[in-house]
Amino acid sequence: MRVTFNANGRPVEADDVWEGESLLFMLRERLGLPGSKNACEQGECGSCTVYLDGAPVCSCLVAAGQVQDREVRTVEGLADDESGLDPVQQAFIDAGAVQCGFCTPGLLVQTHDLLEREPQPSDSDIREALSGNLCRCTGYEKIMDAVRLASARKCSDASEVSQ
Amino acid sequence: MSARNSSTRTIRGEKNLQEITTAHPDGIGGSPLRPDGTLKVKGEFAYSSDLWHEDMLWGMALRSPHSHAKILSIDTTEALTQPGVYAVLTHEDIPGSKYYGLEIQDQPALAFGKVRYHGEAVAIVAADHPETARRALAKIKVEYEVLPPITTEEQCLDPETHGYVHEPHEYRGHASGNIVHSQKVVSGLGVNEDVRAMADVVVVGEYEVGMQDQAFLGPESGLAVPAEDGGIDLYIATQWLHVDREQVAPVLGLPENKVRLTLAGVGGAFGGREDLSMQIHACLLAQRTGKPVKIVYSREESFFGHVHRHPAKMRYEHGATRDGKLVYMDARIVLDGGAYASASPAVVGNASSLSVGPYEIPNVNVLAIALYSNNPSCGAMRGFGAVQACFAYETQLDRLAAKLGMDPVELRQLNAVSQGSHLPTGQVIDAPAPVAELLQKVKDLPLPPALDTTHLDIRELPGALSNTSHGEGIVRGVGYAVGLKNVGFSEGFDDYSTARVRLEVIGGEPVAMVHTAMAEVGQGGVTVHGQIARTELGVERVTIHPANTEVGSAGSTSASRQTYMTGGAVKLAAEAVRNELFNLGRSRYGWTYNDLSLIGGKVVSASAGVLISMVDLLGDQAIDLTREHHHRPTVPFDKETGQGFGHVQYTFCAHRAVVDVDVELGLVKVVELAAAQDVGKALNPLSVIGQIQGGSTQGLGLAVMEEIITRDGKVRNPSFTDYLIPTILDTPPQPVEILELADPNAPYGLRGVGEAPTLSSTPAIVSAIRAATGLALNRVPVRPEHITGT
Repeated sequence: MRVTFNANGRPVEADDVWEGESLLFMLRERLGLPGSKNACEQGECGSCTVYLDGAPVCSCLVAAGQVQDREVRTVEGLADDESGLDPVQQAFIDAGAVQCGFCTPGLLVQTHDLLEREPQPSDSDIREALSGNLCRCTGYEKIMDAVRLASARKCSDASEVSQ
Repeated sequence: MSARNSSTRTIRGEKNLQEITTAHPDGIGGSPLRPDGTLKVKGEFAYSSDLWHEDMLWGMALRSPHSHAKILSIDTTEALTQPGVYAVLTHEDIPGSKYYGLEIQDQPALAFGKVRYHGEAVAIVAADHPETARRALAKIKVEYEVLPPITTEEQCLDPETHGYVHEPHEYRGHASGNIVHSQKVVSGLGVNEDVRAMADVVVVGEYEVGMQDQAFLGPESGLAVPAEDGGIDLYIATQWLHVDREQVAPVLGLPENKVRLTLAGVGGAFGGREDLSMQIHACLLAQRTGKPVKIVYSREESFFGHVHRHPAKMRYEHGATRDGKLVYMDARIVLDGGAYASASPAVVGNASSLSVGPYEIPNVNVLAIALYSNNPSCGAMRGFGAVQACFAYETQLDRLAAKLGMDPVELRQLNAVSQGSHLPTGQVIDAPAPVAELLQKVKDLPLPPALDTTHLDIRELPGALSNTSHGEGIVRGVGYAVGLKNVGFSEGFDDYSTARVRLEVIGGEPVAMVHTAMAEVGQGGVTVHGQIARTELGVERVTIHPANTEVGSAGSTSASRQTYMTGGAVKLAAEAVRNELFNLGRSRYGWTYNDLSLIGGKVVSASAGVLISMVDLLGDQAIDLTREHHHRPTVPFDKETGQGFGHVQYTFCAHRAVVDVDVELGLVKVVELAAAQDVGKALNPLSVIGQIQGGSTQGLGLAVMEEIITRDGKVRNPSFTDYLIPTILDTPPQPVEILELADPNAPYGLRGVGEAPTLSSTPAIVSAIRAATGLALNRVPVRPEHITGT
């Protein structure tokens, strides 16, 4: 089948999609968007998290055909322009939250969503929001630091704008 | 079905398969950002599972549903006729050697005659889509005669009754019976009735450690591309490119120079990528079809596709005087190695030689063995034989302290090794060994506040979001532990590392390029290489060359050794480049200074000041030198006594764990996990802390949740639904105290960091659970039913 949808603000089309394929497979293997990761492909690890119509989902659990005419935003589309980084992405690098980095794309999308909803989350809020994203390298401490850093930077940017 | 891509590039994901250049002022001791960090947060870093090649096929393996069976026949006829299927291969199609293995070549590349574990690969398929491959696998007919699996210690050690996992005439190592390897350690008077009589207090315990999985997130994967010269180019996630090639080439019937490996992005490793997984299979299929072949394991296949941490059964006996001085230790450690040898011999070497922990014990008798069985194969995992022993000896120390009425930290400090101590192998610790100090550091940290039942956030309680408690039935406990780990390959192995450093002027700036075959698996070795080049060469701009087999071996990214060994090689090569540059100046300008250094892109004499810029001195000349770094030699342990200078370096970490236990439901929440570690010199403090927190968290997983469950050798929980690893909700704040006491034998005085925190984290947490519950808890992981007794 053919699937037509919007990926990171651009209309895209995938041909010859088998009905059993996931959104994750279609993104990675047919559309040149391998940033979303394939750590478990059963919705347990969160490494494949993308926005679907603005809500974070495990793209491994979404059938490719379900995104027909819908909007998907992946880690490749988090930053506004090609050269820059979203504050969440920059904070993950600065805080040392990236080791092997395989969990990073999913955590970035999930953190981005958290800070959109709650710009100043408590530690328990952060842990709750990220509890569906497994990381095997860091022990999560630097990830906590990264989310706090991104929150602080976004809030200070926002206050500068409002002034 | 066919998977195609709109891209016209040859191999997608080339960005990190090319050089990465970054500029930064920080040398060693700073924490510059990872050179691969930007690619990783943009989703542009090409992991081995992201690779894509025009016209590529998908490979997949058919695996045994039995843990022990004879293969009577394999019929691939129907599978081969499926549309979209390009090849179906069995052991009969292997052009070269049918065996491979890390230490002992005992594992068939594709099973023949027999399968010896659940999930052993029997046949492989190449097809145009993963689903086509899956359906073709279902059409392969394998006729098995199921045999009784040999899975328990008793069965393994009685081969006359229960049989052999490998027939003795097939042995390729030093195995006997169903024992892959054994090692004794005897020191002082050994342990006998006279020695036992010298002790006032004795504790005896039996301990078990379950089978832990590395559970790296990036699945085993890679892309094999057939080359015009009849060779293969393999893009792969591994821990050691050169030893992969050593094992792959003979099976393909190719000389090593026709098998070229390039490191693709690695999504974690933790020991699980020391053995081969899909490498040979992808290459065989590429060889047969003449097309590029990609293999990506699913999570389920990953559980069958790599070795695990050896489960252990241990009997420990300690005797002490009434004032707490240890008199003797007797230990028997039985490790289940599973179907194939993997790294079992070296794991036994570690388990036996490190079995006493960081304590001075005058009389010791130890036997460690690894078994062949029909359970999943076990080999390398972070901590490597020392993790299992640490759980046993630290539990023993707690019990001894209780029996003596002593504080458990004081008992440990009283018996702790220090610089100059003799270990039971006869090896003297000739570098700082601040064991008592590390314990004191974690003990002196302020404790987290008591549970505040008036302002409860249930997300911080055992059971968390499951809403299982609002503070009732919660008991707090505190526990301590410390461990002893070696760094580098031991027992006479010369695991040298090679580095190539090139210095030239690019765009008006001096640029250092570092080329090694080191597997960057997430640890941050590439960051450290840049720091070393900056420190030694006085440059800001450093290029990291892709890791491949065009340069000499870097050894394995394991045994906490890469910063020591390959970092040391980068240092040697950079020093050689620097000397060459000075010689250039001496011959051109007649310098006679002996006080030269490179600072800020300039050649500086301490007495005469700035002499010349590196740009002007180099001109269009490049200095390009390669050096090998060898650690000081070690020797094998004596087979009967375990005596010998067997280890390169020792490393120590201590933990304090604070837990809340819901004693009614058996749920545990680790409230805080504090660590103190001596790292010799923190080349990159941010990465060092990341290693300690990550390693401690894997120990937390072993303490309270992680275990591969088998029944008759069959794996019951090969998924992240049923094999649990710690989430961010399970993981507490982790304060880290760093000591930097230089090891005079090591580059910059550094000490390998990665593994030590994985040892003591587990027993510290279980000690805290014991303190909260009063239970014995002699097995990890501790499950709710062990706490509730239901």
